[in-house]
Amino acid sequence: MIVNDNKIPDMPPPASTVGAVGWLRKNLFSSWANSILTVVVGYIVISNLIPLIDWVFLTSDWLGDSREDCTSGGACWVFITVRLEQFIYGFYPESEYWRINTIFVMLAGLIAALIFEGTPKKGWLGAFTLLIFPIIAFYLLYGGAFDLEVVETHKWGGLSLTLVLACVGIVASLPFGVLLALGRRSNMPIVRSLSTAFIEIWRGVPLISVLFMASVMLPLFVSGETSMDKLLRALIGITMFQSAYMAEVIRGGLQAIPKGQYEAAMALGLNYWKSMGLIILPQALKLMIPGIVNTFIALFKDTSLVLIIGLFDLLAIVQAALSDPKWLGYSVEGYVFVAFVFWIFCFSMSRYSQALERKLHTGHGAR
Amino acid sequence: MKKLASVAAVSAIAMGLSAGAQAEETLDSVKSKGFVQCGVSTGLPGFSNPDEKGNWQGLDVDVCRAVAAAVLGDASKVKYIPLTAKERFTALQSGEIDILSRNTTWTQTRDTKLGLNFAGVNYYDGQGYMVSKSLGVKSALELDGAAVCIQSGTTTELNLSDYFREHKMSYTPVVFDTSDQTVKGFEAGRCDVLTSDQSQLYALRIKLADPSSAMVLPEVISKEPLGPVVRQGDDQWFNIVKWSLNAMINAEELGLTSANADEMSKSSTNPGIKRLVGKEGPKGEGLGLNDDWAFQIIKQVGNYGEAFERNVGTGSPLKISRGNNALWSKGGFLYAPPMR
Repeated sequence: MIVNDNKIPDMPPPASTVGAVGWLRKNLFSSWANSILTVVVGYIVISNLIPLIDWVFLTSDWLGDSREDCTSGGACWVFITVRLEQFIYGFYPESEYWRINTIFVMLAGLIAALIFEGTPKKGWLGAFTLLIFPIIAFYLLYGGAFDLEVVETHKWGGLSLTLVLACVGIVASLPFGVLLALGRRSNMPIVRSLSTAFIEIWRGVPLISVLFMASVMLPLFVSGETSMDKLLRALIGITMFQSAYMAEVIRGGLQAIPKGQYEAAMALGLNYWKSMGLIILPQALKLMIPGIVNTFIALFKDTSLVLIIGLFDLLAIVQAALSDPKWLGYSVEGYVFVAFVFWIFCFSMSRYSQALERKLHTGHGAR
Repeated sequence: MKKLASVAAVSAIAMGLSAGAQAEETLDSVKSKGFVQCGVSTGLPGFSNPDEKGNWQGLDVDVCRAVAAAVLGDASKVKYIPLTAKERFTALQSGEIDILSRNTTWTQTRDTKLGLNFAGVNYYDGQGYMVSKSLGVKSALELDGAAVCIQSGTTTELNLSDYFREHKMSYTPVVFDTSDQTVKGFEAGRCDVLTSDQSQLYALRIKLADPSSAMVLPEVISKEPLGPVVRQGDDQWFNIVKWSLNAMINAEELGLTSANADEMSKSSTNPGIKRLVGKEGPKGEGLGLNDDWAFQIIKQVGNYGEAFERNVGTGSPLKISRGNNALWSKGGFLYAPPMR
């Protein structure tokens, strides 16, 4: 009897199911309908992408100092490069740019250290970032201490102002939001009704009207002597508004925690603040990361609304630059630039939140 | 609700009164602060816009600089507060700014009901028409049946309908949301005519791919006198702003420019010039200013003609002709009372 002990080697899979061809067949041409869709969509994408790439890169002008340097017919990035400093620093005096740069570098360093896994004493570093760093940043930006020249807030602008608005809004609205959410779920009637009223009033009005109230109505009710800084008014308005939203996101998280957790905390003899701080909030905040980051991203984009009260954030300063008679007619380049910068920041926030979710995922997902 | 509204109104009036009491001392407060707080637009080509270095420039900005030169002797001592159209009057009423120079049309309501005073006119604007040259139209009266591009929600729309009805002509409105879209619509041939304030038409024309293909028709169909505004109840400050503007116009009439101001003030024997630069005549006493206040304006900012040409006229990309904004002796409306 002849038995072939050797296993017949596996045949390679059919060429049409592996590699690029296989992927295409499986994902793009799996049926007639899908094939037609692929061809049509592919045609639309390519026919738009080629002129777009051509406009953005191939026939665009990058270097120069006036509109005469834009000769290639594509995008005129000269408009952006000539005014890049203004778009980043606003009307900040040129000799003081180093102060903003220092803050940028410190902020980037701190965030990087907080993201990096192996950083020692992260708790202290986090506390430093949230409590000490804002004070340093304020004195660097505004001056008035350590022999630094005072730079008034009406000279702030551009990307740095956008970041100030967003960072203050984000950092301040989270603790307020937590307190409001706890207040709304509290058993104490006065605390509960005050929190509920605060949340419902601020959430019930559009941000634009909050900013208008802050910039148009408020000065009429306080005398000229004690007039509050316009930027400060806007910051308070944005913080109040975002706290209300944040409170509702966090309340959702608190409600998702099973009652057993509250009861277990009480059974351990923990008081209210300890049970919240040690048991409930750590779980609730973790659950709420997507919602919280969603609110942060919305806040970051909402900061551009301050242009209606005459603060020059990134979008407003680009619009102001577009009104320079020497550069009339380059609005497309300006808006593309603004959109690109906003996208970079929002996308980074979104990626960071996803990384955070993976890191904090400790296996309660089955619930 | 009604009660709430009346409480708000009463407190607003009380605020207005206290603001009025403070307003008496605008000159003193400007002198002690060391700068003039000037409300400008958030960006309007040729009138107030930041340049590459972040310095404000424009015809409205030059009014602020002239007042700073007159009061403080230094045209650069201005704090510019960019304002949107909605918040401009509040900013002035609440004392956040000392002058509002933000292409604001002088109307009866604004002059009488808001507690404000217009200190003069620094630009006579008015609604006009822009057409493509290929259309071969020379006058707005030939526009019967035309499609007209307009921006929605502005008084422009009402003026347009009044004009066509008055001349018994018909038109098709093509309405857009922003000025950029309006220009694109005009360029794409969606309409034959684009209408807007004349000062804006020239800025819109630059946005065309080929600006020379379009022309602005001579007809002006509305009155839009634009000028600086101050708080009511501070006559001294009102006079300072009014005469700063008058000094610029008188200087043009007398041929005094920033380039020849030094020389003319020393050597000229013309009595008008001598009075203007403060060698004779009323000097600065009545205004509470230094005697050379007008000289400083002309030296540092220039006369009205210089400011006009530099910001919106031949020296700028806008290339607006003087038209109504020429001196009265040259067929325009500019007529400043004599300084004597």
